[in-house]
Amino acid sequence: MLASCDSLTHDADDHVRRRKMAVCVAVIAKENYPLYIKTVPTENELKFHYTVHTSLDVVEEKISAVGKALVDQRELYLGLLYPTEDYKVYGYVTNTKVKFVIVVDSSNIALRDNEIRSMFRKLHNSYTDVMCNPFYNPGEVIQSKVFDNMVSGMMVQVC
Amino acid sequence: MEAAEEKLLLFTMENRPLATCAGDQALFSSVYSILMQQLPREPMEWRRSYGRPPKMIHLEANFVQFKEELIPKEGNRALLTFPFLHIFWTDCCDTEVYKSTAKDEITKWQNILKAYSSSDWLIVVVESDAKKKNKTNILPRTSIVDKIRNDFCNKQSDRCVVLSDPLKDSARTQESWNAFFAKLRTLLLMSFTKNLGKFEDDMRTMREKRTEAGWSFSEYFMVQEELAFVFEMLQQYEDALVQYDELDALFTQYVVNYGAGDGANWLTSFCQPVRSWNGLVLRKPIDMEKRELIQKSQATLLDLRSYLFSRQCTLLVLLQRPWEVAQRALQLLHNCVQELKLLEVSVPIGALDCWVFLSCLEVLQRIEGCCDRAQLENNCCHTVGLWSYATEKLKSLGYLCGLVTEKGPDSEDLNRTVDVLAGLGAERPETANSPQSPYKTLNEALSSVEAFEKHYLDLSDAAIDMFKTIGRFRSAQLLGKDLADFYMQKGEPEKAEGYLQEALSTYLSEGWPLLIAHTRKQLAECQNRLQQTENYLQTSSLLAADSCLPDRERTHFCQEILRLARQSAGDQVEQLLLPMQGFAQLRSLRFEPAGAVVHVGGDLTLELTIYSLMPIPVPLDYFSIHLHLASNKDNVKRSSEVAGKGRNATGIIVFPSEPTGPCCPRTSQPGIELYELHDRSPSDNSLNSSGIICKNVHLLLRRQGSSTSIERSAGLVLEDSAHTLRTSVVLLQPGLNTVLFKTQAKDTGTYTLRQLSASLGCVQFTLSHIYPIVQYEVYSQEPQLKVEPVTDNLLAGISQRVKFTIHTGHYTVRSGDALQLSITDTLPILHSASTTALVSTNSGDKLSEAPLTIQSSGKITSISLPLAPAYHLIEFDLHVICHIPSTLPTPPDSEKPSADVRGARRGHEKAKPEVPCMTSIDQKISIDCPWSIYSTLISLTFEIPFSASHSLLSAGRRKYLQVCVHNLSEVGFQLFDPQLMDIGNSSHLNFVSLNSVQQQHIYSRQVTFFLWELTWSEETGPSLHCQFSVAFTPVMGQEHGSTRPYTYQLKLDNFQSLYDIKAEILPPLGLDMCKMGTLCNLEVSIMRLSDLTEVDRDEALSESDGYCTTRLMYEVVDDSSNWAVCGKSSGMISMPVVARATHKVHMEVMPLFAGFLPFPDIKLFKYLPFQACPAGQMDVAADSWMENDTLSLERPADEQTESSSLRSRGSTHSSGSGEHKALPLPRLSPFCTGQVYNTSTFRQILVVPCQDDHMLEVSVT
Repeated sequence: MLASCDSLTHDADDHVRRRKMAVCVAVIAKENYPLYIKTVPTENELKFHYTVHTSLDVVEEKISAVGKALVDQRELYLGLLYPTEDYKVYGYVTNTKVKFVIVVDSSNIALRDNEIRSMFRKLHNSYTDVMCNPFYNPGEVIQSKVFDNMVSGMMVQVC
Repeated sequence: MEAAEEKLLLFTMENRPLATCAGDQALFSSVYSILMQQLPREPMEWRRSYGRPPKMIHLEANFVQFKEELIPKEGNRALLTFPFLHIFWTDCCDTEVYKSTAKDEITKWQNILKAYSSSDWLIVVVESDAKKKNKTNILPRTSIVDKIRNDFCNKQSDRCVVLSDPLKDSARTQESWNAFFAKLRTLLLMSFTKNLGKFEDDMRTMREKRTEAGWSFSEYFMVQEELAFVFEMLQQYEDALVQYDELDALFTQYVVNYGAGDGANWLTSFCQPVRSWNGLVLRKPIDMEKRELIQKSQATLLDLRSYLFSRQCTLLVLLQRPWEVAQRALQLLHNCVQELKLLEVSVPIGALDCWVFLSCLEVLQRIEGCCDRAQLENNCCHTVGLWSYATEKLKSLGYLCGLVTEKGPDSEDLNRTVDVLAGLGAERPETANSPQSPYKTLNEALSSVEAFEKHYLDLSDAAIDMFKTIGRFRSAQLLGKDLADFYMQKGEPEKAEGYLQEALSTYLSEGWPLLIAHTRKQLAECQNRLQQTENYLQTSSLLAADSCLPDRERTHFCQEILRLARQSAGDQVEQLLLPMQGFAQLRSLRFEPAGAVVHVGGDLTLELTIYSLMPIPVPLDYFSIHLHLASNKDNVKRSSEVAGKGRNATGIIVFPSEPTGPCCPRTSQPGIELYELHDRSPSDNSLNSSGIICKNVHLLLRRQGSSTSIERSAGLVLEDSAHTLRTSVVLLQPGLNTVLFKTQAKDTGTYTLRQLSASLGCVQFTLSHIYPIVQYEVYSQEPQLKVEPVTDNLLAGISQRVKFTIHTGHYTVRSGDALQLSITDTLPILHSASTTALVSTNSGDKLSEAPLTIQSSGKITSISLPLAPAYHLIEFDLHVICHIPSTLPTPPDSEKPSADVRGARRGHEKAKPEVPCMTSIDQKISIDCPWSIYSTLISLTFEIPFSASHSLLSAGRRKYLQVCVHNLSEVGFQLFDPQLMDIGNSSHLNFVSLNSVQQQHIYSRQVTFFLWELTWSEETGPSLHCQFSVAFTPVMGQEHGSTRPYTYQLKLDNFQSLYDIKAEILPPLGLDMCKMGTLCNLEVSIMRLSDLTEVDRDEALSESDGYCTTRLMYEVVDDSSNWAVCGKSSGMISMPVVARATHKVHMEVMPLFAGFLPFPDIKLFKYLPFQACPAGQMDVAADSWMENDTLSLERPADEQTESSSLRSRGSTHSSGSGEHKALPLPRLSPFCTGQVYNTSTFRQILVVPCQDDHMLEVSVT
């Protein structure tokens, strides 16, 4: 791919050849408080917080819908939670009801469902690593550098 | 192909596949109605190409007259007007006629078809009986049908069918009709399959060419849509939808590729600037205007998308899937916005908003049009997205057009409004007459501020309601926040507040710090404008403490607090109470003194560590702590409890700190506080039930929704309490601060710290509860005097230390204060120059040491006290000595209770029972204290370290007295100067001391003996009363010995010997030695040693002729079974009461063992006649004696006491046992110790074993 996807977002860095994967990645505890939220660009942080928080509505809706189905056939990936004009919000829930939310720029039409799924898988693996750290207390805000680096890598992928 | 014709076809909703009819038109007309009616009646299975599943299909057709023009020329791909079947109708039954006309007609028809290479045809021959009758020249063998088949259907005989009497109602007619329809349907389907297959192939070929230059999407679109139309015509809506979806996907792919830099030329035609934004049109099945634009390649992106969606919508509604419409609509709208961006189409400001808004409403109205109300309500989860999207768009339009201001739109805004509305064009004719349409709504909404508000609120409320109905509260709250924004812009903050509060409570309960901070900021603005000073201050304090906000904003809010606090203070407004949580945190508290127990008047310091959350230093007027005083009676007890309760030695109490960073909702949930519960019955204090109580259940079980957020300061009340602690002006720095409270304790009781508040102008930041509970104790104490021994127990007779402890309490000891001790003579205080008093504080810090002045005058001893302030401790030791009283009237083991002397078993419980216990003496001291008018009575218990016992020893007539002194204490003593004195009146008695040493050491818990021989110059009385005394000093230590010796009084009765018993065992005659198993002679001689004495005057004595005799009974007993007494072992003798009178008794005894055998015991009793007593009493006495006989015989020791106890026992029995035997028996009475002297006691005699005894018994013990 030669042209930047950013060209249409009227960003200043049109010439930078990078492709945004996700603009916001969030890990939300079972009790619905954020364990981790990272957004790029940071000036929209507040908006993404609102978006992620609102998406919990749909996450809960989907979880309760899934709950009625067989337990072992539970699909962790919740799919597209809801699209907005500018962003698409995807959800994923672990068996312990920890939620992952990834917000993707809508202009990134080329992003396929499979890629989203693999992002979630990566996120889940990394989260599991965080949980395995004996110095991490479950329920605490995630401050792991490794996790942060992984998420950063997920957010901006240089082509 | 004319467009007009096509339009005509399309507009008639009854699109059906076309079939042409040639031949006899009149004939056809006659069966037309039956044909139209019957054709769709039965379904037909349609087998599809390309592996698509077969479908049952109800066929319909339009039958039109055959014209050559109807058949499409080669290359024309119009499918809708394509005649799928050509039918030729004839009723020719005459060969002649056939040959002349019919055949030609058919040939001509066939030729036309061949020319167009159309092979879908059918010839119908209608037979009629009526016609046949008219014609006579019918050839029965060769029918017309056969001819036709021959002529035309050379291989396809099935292309010709016969319809017999179609208008008659007969079985034959029915049969022929059925056959006809079967044929017709089959042929129609064959034609469909063939022609559609061909069409699809062509279409695919066309699609494959899309990479070639000059390929036109519009053209292809028209072709594929043709197919869709046909499927729709065949009522195969699913298939029709697939065609549109394919077109949609194809277009989307091109846009995506364009975005990736791979632009197709034809796409540029869709990139024209957006000039019209009148939204989707869903009311018409086909939007011909748009279709035309597409056909002419003039459509914009929005046109194409609109048209595609309107077709999809039509088909979805036909498929009864309206909810998919809603879903797809939202996707479409989002997608269109993105595609316009991607394709860099220039869009006027507000145009897209209009388009989206109109489209949303159009879709919603379309769905409403095809569903009933209940359905709509149940499925609002599908439509709510559209509602909220429309709301959002209307909002942005409102902002754009200046409708969301207090002043209303200015001219620039109005210009913009005109521009926006211009793009809508005129209202469409189909909605022009309906009262509400998206067009009208938008026009009206943008027309005025009021109308906009109305519409915006309607939409918002609808969306919020729907969100709430389906449980999406967060979405509803987000919309509510938009509404709040709107109201704030409109200058109606009072309406905004509720929405903000609602959203905030959710964010708080779920712990989203950034959202909390942002919403609070909005709320602060709102409250500021509402002049809600208290709430504004509170929110400001929370914001100023919020670490999520930049320092600049925090400082701003902090300064707001300071400004308002000062400003309102000037206005004399009442105090504003704000919770402290948002201002500062109480981290820890330290008491000085650490025990948190102070006496009245004492100083108490509380050091509070407070963490200020403010970004800048805050000058506070003061800090205050509100206390609750519980005055309790038993101060002393409580203070010890409190001091021991969970308080470390440092007096520091650490409060659980809330995290200062991002607040977690977990901490907002209070921890469970459990307490034990024991329910005891009031009467007997027994446990009825026990359990655990959750003390804060009201906090834990409270409904989440109704939880009072700390934004509302409901329930925060400053307790009015008389007791407060207050500091002076404090400058509270950001971070940790130390605040000191100093107080002097006044009233006694337990002070509980209830509330902490920081005062700033009129604002008081209050911590409504201090938890864990912090208390301090103020106590007041009466002066107290305590006297206790230094050692475990005090010993009488030697110098002992007694400790005096004075708690001064609230009394201050002044100079000249003295203790006045009234003491008995037996307890002198030993003066000592070195006696000093120690003054120390209550907590044990030594202050001073002062010498004591002790003055004694008479019974009063005065001890002057050193100066000591209140709540101090004076301690000193005194040496006292308790003299052992000279008379200890009763031996320690006496059961007789005594006022002064009582048997104490202290410390000797473990000792053997025969060890006597120390006798204790209580000494009372009455002390007059300077602080009280009452005397203090103190009792000290001293224990006598010795006990003594005596025994009388006899040797013939000589008597010895042995005194045994037992040291019961732990201390060793030196005993010296033992003396025995007669204190009776028998002066002719002498004690000859046989004690060799004057001084004797007696160790702890040991005994020592002293011995005297009694000599007398003349006959003495029956009893002897004398006193033993011995001086003593303790061996160890410098304790002074008593000036008084230890004395012991003893009394002896009847101690003089009366009889002497002598036993002799003689071997049998002829033998030198006694031999085992042989009888030996035992000779017992009893000799009277004295003449008649006082002692003998008893019932056994009988006097006759100046000679006195007494009756004795002897008894030979061998306890150790060494001897067998043969014959009589006991007997009664009459003994003259004369000195040297002797009585001899002979008996035969047999030794049972060999060796040195001790002599058998010989006992002597007084034999008392029974008549001497009253009958009944005597009986019982004798009886009871008999019963106790063995007991008394088995216990030869202790005869002195035994004799008395035996008697007393007999008498006690007499009262209890009643009549037993009728036969009266004489009584036996033992002699006192020393009255009978047994010369042969402990004598032994050698017994040799018998000769023939070859058994040797060895017993080892």
